[in-house]
Order: sequence, then C-alpha cells, then structure tokens
Amino acid sequence: MMAALEVRGLKTHFFTRNGVVKAVDGVDLRIEPGRVLGLVGESGSGKSVTGLSILGLIDPPGRIVEGSVKLDGQELVGLDRDAARRVRGRKIAMIFQDPMMTLNPVLRVDTQMSMALRAHESLSKDSIRERSLAALGRVGLPAPEQCLTAYPHQLSGGMRQRVAISIALLHSPSVIVCDEPTTALDVSIQGQILQEMQRLGAELGVALVWITHDLAVVSSLAHDIAVMYAGRIVEHGPTEDVLAHPRHHYTRGLLDSVPGEGTPGEKLAQIPGSIPALIDLPPGCAFKARCGRADGACETMPEIADLGQGRGARCVHPLEAA
Amino acid sequence: MSTALLELDGVSRRFSRRISLGDRIAAKLGAKVERREVRAVEDVSLSVLRGETLGLVGESGCGKSTLGRIAAGILPPTTGTARLDGMPVMSETGRHQKLTTRVQTVFQDPFASLNPRRRIGDAIAEGPLAHGLVDRAGANAYVAEQLSRVGLDPSYASRFPHQFSGGQRQRVAIARALAMKPDLLICDEPVASLDVSIQAQVLNLFLDLRRALNLTAIFISHDLGVVRHLSDRVAIMYLGRIVEIGPAAEIYASPKHPYTQALLASVPRLNRSHAGRSIFRPIAGELPSPLAPPPGCHFHPRCARADARCKVEAPVLRPMGDSRRAACHYAEAG
Repeated sequence: MMAALEVRGLKTHFFTRNGVVKAVDGVDLRIEPGRVLGLVGESGSGKSVTGLSILGLIDPPGRIVEGSVKLDGQELVGLDRDAARRVRGRKIAMIFQDPMMTLNPVLRVDTQMSMALRAHESLSKDSIRERSLAALGRVGLPAPEQCLTAYPHQLSGGMRQRVAISIALLHSPSVIVCDEPTTALDVSIQGQILQEMQRLGAELGVALVWITHDLAVVSSLAHDIAVMYAGRIVEHGPTEDVLAHPRHHYTRGLLDSVPGEGTPGEKLAQIPGSIPALIDLPPGCAFKARCGRADGACETMPEIADLGQGRGARCVHPLEAA
Repeated sequence: MSTALLELDGVSRRFSRRISLGDRIAAKLGAKVERREVRAVEDVSLSVLRGETLGLVGESGCGKSTLGRIAAGILPPTTGTARLDGMPVMSETGRHQKLTTRVQTVFQDPFASLNPRRRIGDAIAEGPLAHGLVDRAGANAYVAEQLSRVGLDPSYASRFPHQFSGGQRQRVAIARALAMKPDLLICDEPVASLDVSIQAQVLNLFLDLRRALNLTAIFISHDLGVVRHLSDRVAIMYLGRIVEIGPAAEIYASPKHPYTQALLASVPRLNRSHAGRSIFRPIAGELPSPLAPPPGCHFHPRCARADARCKVEAPVLRPMGDSRRAACHYAEAG
C-alpha cells in the first residue's frame, strides 16, 4: 500500500545567535491512509517542529536542511511558495492545540469557511454553504446553522476546536497533522473530540499524525506510535507492542512514570535529570546522561535498529523482547 | 483515632460582576438590570482528617480552585466557615484577614508564583522571618535546610527564578510553602504544567515529604491518574457542588454518581497490558456555564438517568455506606 505520508531523514535546524538548534535531526515516519500515528514526546523533543516541517510552515531562523516529505508520492520539501499553497489546506491540513491559532477572531465562521473553500476551488454561494454545513455536521456540532453565523468568541473551547477540525476537513485531505488538539480541553470534551476523530479517520480514510505528550491518549487512539527524544525518533512500532514491551529505556521510563497505573501511594519510577538543551548536544545517544544502562558504547549515536514486526529502537542496549 | 484537621462548614462563594456606573444609573431610572452572579462554590461541607490527603477533582469551572483558596485562607467564603483545628482560618468580619500560618499553598504555575526579581533564598525566608519562625542570623541555614529537603542544592539560594527549570521552580515553591511549617498543604494543580518525566519526580518528592513530615494535604487536579495515586479520599466537584466523596479506592472501583461514572469512563487510560484502539465513551453535551447552571441537579442535562425530579430538585449529598457520600437521587440504583 502506498503511504499517505512518508518522511525520510528530515532535519530542521534553527540558526540562532547562540548556535544551531537541531530541533529535528533525522526523523523518518511513514503512515498509511486511514491510520493514526501517535508522535509522542516531552516538551522540547521536536515533535511540534516535525509537524510544522511536514507542512512547510518553518519560518527563519529555522530551515529544513535535509530530508524529504512525500505526500501521496509528491515531494513537498523544496516546493515554491505557490505550489506549497496549492497543497496545504487541500491535500494536507493541520489542527493546533489552540483553535484560536486557526480561527480569525473578527470573522464569522461562515466567512472563514468560505475563504478556506475558495482558496482551492471556485464554487457558488449555495455550494459553499452546503459544503460548510456538511463539514460542521460531520464533527458533531449540535446546531451547524447557528454555528455558521457565529463569531469564534461566541463558541466554547470544544466547539471552536470542532470548527477548526471541520475547516481542516473541507477539502478531504489525505493527511491531517494534529498538534495536541485536545490538550487545552476539559476531559469530557476531550473524549468527544477523540471519538469524532477516531470515527472520521476510519470513515474518510484520512491519515492522522497525532502529536501529543499524553501517552494515555495515544494508547487508545493510535495504531502506531513513534517516540521522540531530543530531535530524533528513539522508538517506533505498533501501539500495543510498544506499550506492553518497550525496547528503548526512555520509552520504558516514560511509561513507568505515568501515575494511575501502579499501586497508589507507592513511589513512581522516575527518570532522573531533565531534557537536554538542543544547542550543542554532546555526541552519542542523547539519553545517555539519564539512562541507567549507558556505558562506553553509548558515546556514538546509535542508528534505529530494526527489531522485526515493524518495530525499531535507537539503542545500543535495547531492552529484552518479552 | 484520627481527628479532623480542616473543617469546611456550609461554605459558599459567589462572584458577582461589579455593577458599572451605567447600570447603576439605568437601575435608578427604573430599568431592570440583570445581576449576574457566579456561584463558584455552593454549600460545601467536608472535613480533612489529620495526616490524610484529600484529592479534589473536577473539570474547569467546577470550583475546585476556589474551594482550595477558601481552605487556604486566600479567599473568604460568602457564607459558611473554614476551620483549622476548630479555629477559623480567616477573620469573619472586617477585612477578612488570614489568621493562621498553618495552611500554605503551592500553585499551578511556578513561573507566576515566584517573584522574578527576588533571589529564591529571600523568597523562602520572607515568611518565616516575618512570623518569627527563624531569626535573621539563622535564616541562611534555615533556607539551606528547606532547599536540601526538596532535593535542591543549598547554594541555589542566591539564584533567581529564571535560572531554574519548571520542575525545579515547583520544588522552590514547595520549599517556600514548607518553610512556614504548615500542618495543611493546599496543592493547586502543582504538576499540571510539567512534563511527564518531571511530573513523576515532583510527585515522588511530595510522597516523601508527606511521609516524613506527616503532612495533611488537599490535592487539586483535573488529572484522575495523579489524584488516584496520591489521595486517600477523593471529592468530585461539578459546577460548584461536591457530587461524590469517599475513599479513593472505592470511588475509582465503583463510582455511585453518574457524573463520576461518566468521567472515569471518558478519560483515556494508559492500559499497557491491553492497549490498542479502544472505544471512547465521552460524556454527552457541553459543560454548562457557571453563570447559568441548570436548575435541580446541575448534571441532569447530560445525564442518561435523569427524570423529571432531577430537573427541579437538587439532590443532597447522602451517605452511601460507612464512608461515602453521593449527591444523586438514584445513586442506589447502581
């Protein structure tokens, strides 16, 4: 099956006054239509920059220095401004954590939806309205007509995020990059959005890249999971396998430190230290300073080792398979 | 036999909009001016036993932080009283001053709760000096002791907040609260802004300190996993009211209130042994505005079990067995 999105050797660096920040430093991802890929990492791991790079939304001082992003076989890296615009919004879309990053506060929802539609198609007023209503209905908004004439501030946080999602769906893109879209929402609303996205992904055959720090969310949403640390993927594989038997020490540390799984009141397993700054990373494995298993062999950066069954880990001393 | 350290008795807190001059003139001229009022906390009574940790859970706008602030003596209740060891936390008349230093608070945002222009040693020493817990000569040693207790190097006392990471700042905030030798610690979402690996470090610190100092705590959070891990008892709030309260293990195993049931079912859980795509069962509908909560039981528009009675009669918090209470007309039904 052809991948909806294939990222190879992606490197996005930021050239700042203090030095080069290698926010994304060699990322490979592959996702097929109708599947959900969970891109997991802590803040500063480069997961959001990866998402922005896929859409070509990196501004100076940042730049994609190397690598390829293929959408349905079409190369996106190196496209000129106009060509990129024709792809963005039509074949690939992005949903952000804060819907107000997508929505214009001084325009009504219908105006914004018609702008998004007309950017790629010439349509009559009636069909714009029809398409907008259909998109709003699809994301489970209770009263699409009222929503169409509302301003963003008149909507609740959950409704705004639904509007942002329906705008992303307007042109039936092949891929939607979702950057923590439920993090700012209340748990009961988060559940609703997750349910809608799971259904839409399956119904419309959209491939979703779901960027989050929340392992619980990906555990029930994503088919596959990729764990990022300091600008690189350190482990990837099918969600069930990675969660049940992580092979990278960072993944296991992260899973063990989630409260609510172990015995209440017992101390949680914790990863010592903190995330390294991405300027002047020392050579070798970026996790070695926090890893109990690190030794001399970790002084050279390991490649992702193929562990079979679609799994891989960037570790010289991978954990035992169960 | 453990006794109650903190007692909240019929505590309510309302916030009303300041009436503008225009509205006041309009009222004088006979126009009807709507007074909009948020009932952030409505008639809450609960007690926290010595040595226990009470988890306070709810979605945004449910009043959990307001209730924490009333217990901490930061906000006076509109009606009702908060008592620590039988003594009121705040004076009930006049300017509503806090009367005790035995309750201290750790806030969510360690960036906002530390003065960026003060060395953290000074920030930690300020309270104890003002209240005579330590004299000037002993202040440095006292600060060093507080810092090492939360796992920070004592030499950090001369640093400014911007020189610390988020997790370290939260440790400073905890050290500052503990420097006042409190009996009761109010933690208002202290790990919500931290990364998972850092969150575990701070939670472990909290577990250690609680054991070492025999602390009593109210732990406010929207994260059900965190609350489950730390709390002996849990209180679940919805739009200003406590809907269910009881031992954490029992509530998580068999919630009685439909809201608690729905909340527990709707939160994605990291189930490592059988992970994989699961069906989300979200709570239907939107969280109503606290400005205009639904009449009767606040949860009835989103509740599958609601009937005519729920729309008019607000359920009271009734005992369910020895140690639990729930506010639902049909809690016995399962």
